[in-house]
Amino acid sequence: MSGDTQQTAAEYIKHHLQNMTYGKFPEGHDLVGQWGLAHDAAEAKSMGFMAIHVDTMFWSITLGVLFLFLFKKVAKNATSGVPGGMQNFVEMIVEFVDSSVKGTFNGRNPYVAPMALTIFVWVFLINAMDLIPVDWIPSVAGWIGHTFFGMDPHYVFQKVVPSTDPNATFGMALSVFMLTLYYSFKQKGFIGFAGELTLHPFSSNNIVLKLVFIPINFVLEFVALLAKPLSLSLRLYGNMFAGEMIFILIALMYGGGWIAGIFGGFLQLGWAIFHILIITLQAYIFMTLTIVYMDLAYQTSEEH
Amino acid sequence: MNINLTLIGQSITFAVFVWFCYAYVWPPLVNALAERKKQIAEGLAAAERGQHEQELAEKRAAEHIKEAKGQASEIITQAQKRASEIVDEAKDDARSEAERIKIGADAEIEQETNRAREELRQQVAVLAIAGAEKILNQEVNAEAHASTLSALAEQL
Repeated sequence: MSGDTQQTAAEYIKHHLQNMTYGKFPEGHDLVGQWGLAHDAAEAKSMGFMAIHVDTMFWSITLGVLFLFLFKKVAKNATSGVPGGMQNFVEMIVEFVDSSVKGTFNGRNPYVAPMALTIFVWVFLINAMDLIPVDWIPSVAGWIGHTFFGMDPHYVFQKVVPSTDPNATFGMALSVFMLTLYYSFKQKGFIGFAGELTLHPFSSNNIVLKLVFIPINFVLEFVALLAKPLSLSLRLYGNMFAGEMIFILIALMYGGGWIAGIFGGFLQLGWAIFHILIITLQAYIFMTLTIVYMDLAYQTSEEH
Repeated sequence: MNINLTLIGQSITFAVFVWFCYAYVWPPLVNALAERKKQIAEGLAAAERGQHEQELAEKRAAEHIKEAKGQASEIITQAQKRASEIVDEAKDDARSEAERIKIGADAEIEQETNRAREELRQQVAVLAIAGAEKILNQEVNAEAHASTLSALAEQL
């Protein structure tokens, strides 16, 4: 635990699951209309939509920039000759992503492969934050907040795994969804896309039946359409949140004396090793599903 | 668990990252990979070509050797023929030389015989005269009987 004996287990968990929220204080607050950091979960909630999770944004942007910086450096010096160690590593990932895209995506779009690469590496790095012991970064953040900004360390929240924040996963899924909608319209036209939404899965040669089927089909297909970004983001969020939760619960054991602490240490090690598989798998699934959705957007002649 | 501006922030961040990756990261890497693929393919093709050329060269060399062998045996045959010719010529030469020597020797022998016969004849004439002198026991005038004696010598 963060060296804080007054905290109860519930408080400890809550503290770990609270994002650092910067937002507009709502009606009824003494700082109404002003922007600032929320002091607790209730305050963060009351800020509503006009708030931003500083930690989620900070870590995701940091990791994204790290990824792009590394890859850009390699790309700049990329030779077709004998590759060095880093280039080898980067090329391995690029080839892996490229073969995934080529195997799944049948359309022609120069954005799909770079997007798949970005998703894979970025989501992987974001997920990998889960492997850092749960107290390290929040403790450092608490110390910085206390030392440089004069804040109460209790109010310095730090949720370091952006993919345990549904905003992050929904944000990515939303971008992918917008892109698939855009290309659906572009490839099929409004009529074609509307037809895809209304003429399947039930169809008939009888014009009256066809008209009856249209609303039914639309409801079914519209739900299926909305399910894509939802499932895409919730799968990642759910997995990572659950994993993080287990890490927090294991970390609680360190406060339970020697035996529980040692047992917790082994548990953490085991769960972390298992989690390496999960974070990679989730990054891969997110990438593959994105490619599949893009491919679906490009399929013009669907037959049922 | 609150949905707020982070959602939009993440969407924008994601879009920017994808764009950056699309513009600066992806093309050089894929180009390098494609380039290397091409180089490897070219290298393999060149190796295959080299092997093929080596095979051809070996075949050509074998042909050369065969040809040279043929030529050598031809030369040997010719040389053998020439040698036997030379031997035959030498034999002929020797034979004719021997013939010539034999003819010369024969002529010489004839001459010698003739000379010996002439000498013998003269000696016989002298002996005959001496004999006759002894028989007659008298001096015979050589000049008076010369014609008789030479006629006698002629008959020998």
